Amino acid sequence: MSLEVQGLTIDIGDRRVVDGVSFAVPDGARVGLIGESGSGKSLTALAILGLLPDGATASGSVRWNGREILGLPDRELAALRGDEIGIVFQEPRTALNPIRTVGRQIAESIRIHEGLSKRDAAARAVAEASRVALPDPDRIVARYPHQLSGGQRQRVAIAMALACRPRLLIADEPTTALDVTIQAEILELLLSLVRDDGMSLVFITHDLAVLSQIATHGVVLEQGRVVEEAPVSQLLSAPASIVTQELLRDATATLWRPGGVE
Amino acid sequence: MSVDGTDAAPPAPTTPRRRSRWAWLGRLWALSTGRFGLIVVAVVGITAIVARFWTPFDPQKVDIANRWALPGWPHLLGTDGSGRDILSLLMAGARTTVFVAIGAGLVATVIGISLAALGALTARWVRESVAVFVDILIAFPVLIIAMMISAVWGGSLWVVIWAVGIGFGVNIARVTRPELRRVLQSDFVLAGRASGLTPAQNLWRHLLPNVAPVFIVQLSWGMAVAVLAEAGLSYLGFGAPVTEPSWGLLLAQLQQFIGVHPLSVVWPGLAITITVLGLNLLGDALREATDPTLSRSPFATRRARLHIPEVVS
Amino acid sequence: MIRYTLTRFALLLLGLLVASVLIFLTLRVLPGDIAHLIAGVGSTPEQQDAIRERLGLDRPLPEQYLTWIGGLFRGDLGTSLLTGTSVVDELAQKAEVTVPLGILSLLIAVVISVPLGVLSAMRRGRASGTGLSVGAQTLAAVPVVWAGMMLVVVFAVWLGWLPAQGFPRSGWSDPWAALRALILPALTIGIVEGAMLLRFVRSATLQAVGQDFVRTAAAKGLTRDQALLRHGLPVVGLSVITVLGLQVAGIIVGAVVIEQLFSLPGIGRMLVADVAARDLPKVQGELLALTGFVLIVGFVVDLVHRVIDPRQREAS
Repeated sequence: MSLEVQGLTIDIGDRRVVDGVSFAVPDGARVGLIGESGSGKSLTALAILGLLPDGATASGSVRWNGREILGLPDRELAALRGDEIGIVFQEPRTALNPIRTVGRQIAESIRIHEGLSKRDAAARAVAEASRVALPDPDRIVARYPHQLSGGQRQRVAIAMALACRPRLLIADEPTTALDVTIQAEILELLLSLVRDDGMSLVFITHDLAVLSQIATHGVVLEQGRVVEEAPVSQLLSAPASIVTQELLRDATATLWRPGGVE
Repeated sequence: MSVDGTDAAPPAPTTPRRRSRWAWLGRLWALSTGRFGLIVVAVVGITAIVARFWTPFDPQKVDIANRWALPGWPHLLGTDGSGRDILSLLMAGARTTVFVAIGAGLVATVIGISLAALGALTARWVRESVAVFVDILIAFPVLIIAMMISAVWGGSLWVVIWAVGIGFGVNIARVTRPELRRVLQSDFVLAGRASGLTPAQNLWRHLLPNVAPVFIVQLSWGMAVAVLAEAGLSYLGFGAPVTEPSWGLLLAQLQQFIGVHPLSVVWPGLAITITVLGLNLLGDALREATDPTLSRSPFATRRARLHIPEVVS
Repeated sequence: MIRYTLTRFALLLLGLLVASVLIFLTLRVLPGDIAHLIAGVGSTPEQQDAIRERLGLDRPLPEQYLTWIGGLFRGDLGTSLLTGTSVVDELAQKAEVTVPLGILSLLIAVVISVPLGVLSAMRRGRASGTGLSVGAQTLAAVPVVWAGMMLVVVFAVWLGWLPAQGFPRSGWSDPWAALRALILPALTIGIVEGAMLLRFVRSATLQAVGQDFVRTAAAKGLTRDQALLRHGLPVVGLSVITVLGLQVAGIIVGAVVIEQLFSLPGIGRMLVADVAARDLPKVQGELLALTGFVLIVGFVVDLVHRVIDPRQREAS
């Protein structure tokens, strides 16, 4: 199960925001997309799943298991979403429907692709909630998003994305909006879930430090273009481009642990 | 303040301040809604001015022999039950429409700005009570206010002007007050105060230019409301007196003959509709042209030449 | 929740108070000497005094106000200057025309605007979506009087299906005839109000389109349209409820004009006649009733909104 992006180009109106981006995610690989905000990382992810906002158009090629999926009708893409490719977004505060219980929202993923009854899906939802280490799963599924903490909401989002055991998970800055103390927990959770299931992962972030903990390969973007592509260890030890060097400099400040500066 | 969605935008061109102030006009014209609105307003305005001096026929001239003429020559839109030329009546009616729209606009402006200023610039308890007062007044429909005034002073165009002015003025106050407060707390104004500007100078230089966009939009919509209100109130008999030409009055007069001459009411109705539509669309276009932060989806069409949403200094 | 209800109720009372004061001041104080007006030209001072005494105009203002308000608590909104009938009685009688008209209009407006508004947002960028939006924009600019006239021309004059005017004298004893008399009026108000509501629904739906959680729903496997319909709409529905208060005010205003056009013996037409006749005590009572109604509707809508939205059920 592999993802191949070739020459992906995204235009918003008359502005080119992603220009000829190419990268590959072989089966089981964990690839990071890294760059400053505005470098086009999130749009790339959205384009893969056909979730670009109004006014944005994509061209190029996106192959999933050899099948071209860029430009497919929404109905066919919808069948892939959640079932084969899952995605977790950055802002847990707004990613969940505020007027539905979290249990129902997790169960919805399951019901869409596996056609379970309401009752069975609800039971599965509890199981998924416990899988992402949510406290008190059978009680928490009856809660509304605003009653949960940021970290808990993000766990719900992860549960929703992984409920149907997709082969690829795209994580778009999943920890950026969270408390520093929670970030590590969520990262560990993601890592263990991805490893346990042998899923491929595309991890998007602007923080090299975070990337180093979860991805093996890194693709560095700047202003919509790929400027460097290498194993993460190489990016950390011998960054070739200026962009990567700057990212490293920003990250080093956070890599340093207690005893020093934050 | 950060420029829109991506940091990849080229650096803002250093245009002189004066030119950027009027850039929105160009954007307004570029929008189809803006174009339509401006054209309609221009046509109505020019017609009103022209009608002051000339109309094809005397609007009040009765000509029984030629009544109910179909559109043709010389009566381009036909005549009514007394033989009056409908086109001339429409042109003359435009004067009333413009008068009411501008009058209501002025009243609404004064009331709106005063209430907004009261609600933003004064001591806390005054602000809070004004806010509550405004919220209560909002519930009064314009027509009710008009009826109240008519009951006391009889019907007239001034009834329309004052009723719409009050009704919409309150609306303007409600909308501009938060803008005023937002700007009041911005750095530029504080700097202005610190550098010794009097409150009045501060007001003029900083507050007004920033509140102006929101205000102009409301004004445009308010004038549309005024035109509709004039039509309705004149129809009911509380607006234009019989001696004044008015589209609403014309509707009332032609109504009785709908059974026999159904299509005569089309003309005044169309005139009102197109005018109101033009003003509404103008308001919509103004909003789009002056407030680029208004978007429908996260990456809505933000063009590079968009106005940067910082406080005008 | 209790606290919110109480605060909101206090605001309602305050609103009613302010409204009553405004109406009282405008109609009692401003006209100046109405006794003179009523008595007519050439009347003697004694006749005018008699009228003044009868109307209680010689009492100090605050006392007049309190008398009026006191009457309200007894269910007395005043009596007509000209006919001596009780305002409350007349309102109750005319309500049998206006209330069904209002309800019918509201139903038509909602039934038209919600599906079409959502559709026009879903088909944004395409001809059908833009067409709906433009159409609604145009209809919202139409004066409700003219819309009524056009409908009369089509359905009454040309097709002869429905009556152009009037309401059966027997009232609702023949329900079908009464209903037939209300169809065109309700359709007129419903279409024009519906056009305005449609634009609002469309804009609310467009906002829903951009919501993150709608995107998440699509990411789970729904198509984008499905995600919007299933997840975006209930939130849209909530915001429509908020506007309902405005809609009711619009319908009342529409009814006043439309009852005139269609010669319906309802509250609106009565109000117009009373204002024209300068029957001030009656107008006073009627206006207060109408304003009170609008304020109460706003209050109820706020409460309903609060109850339905689970985000707000928790105490803030």
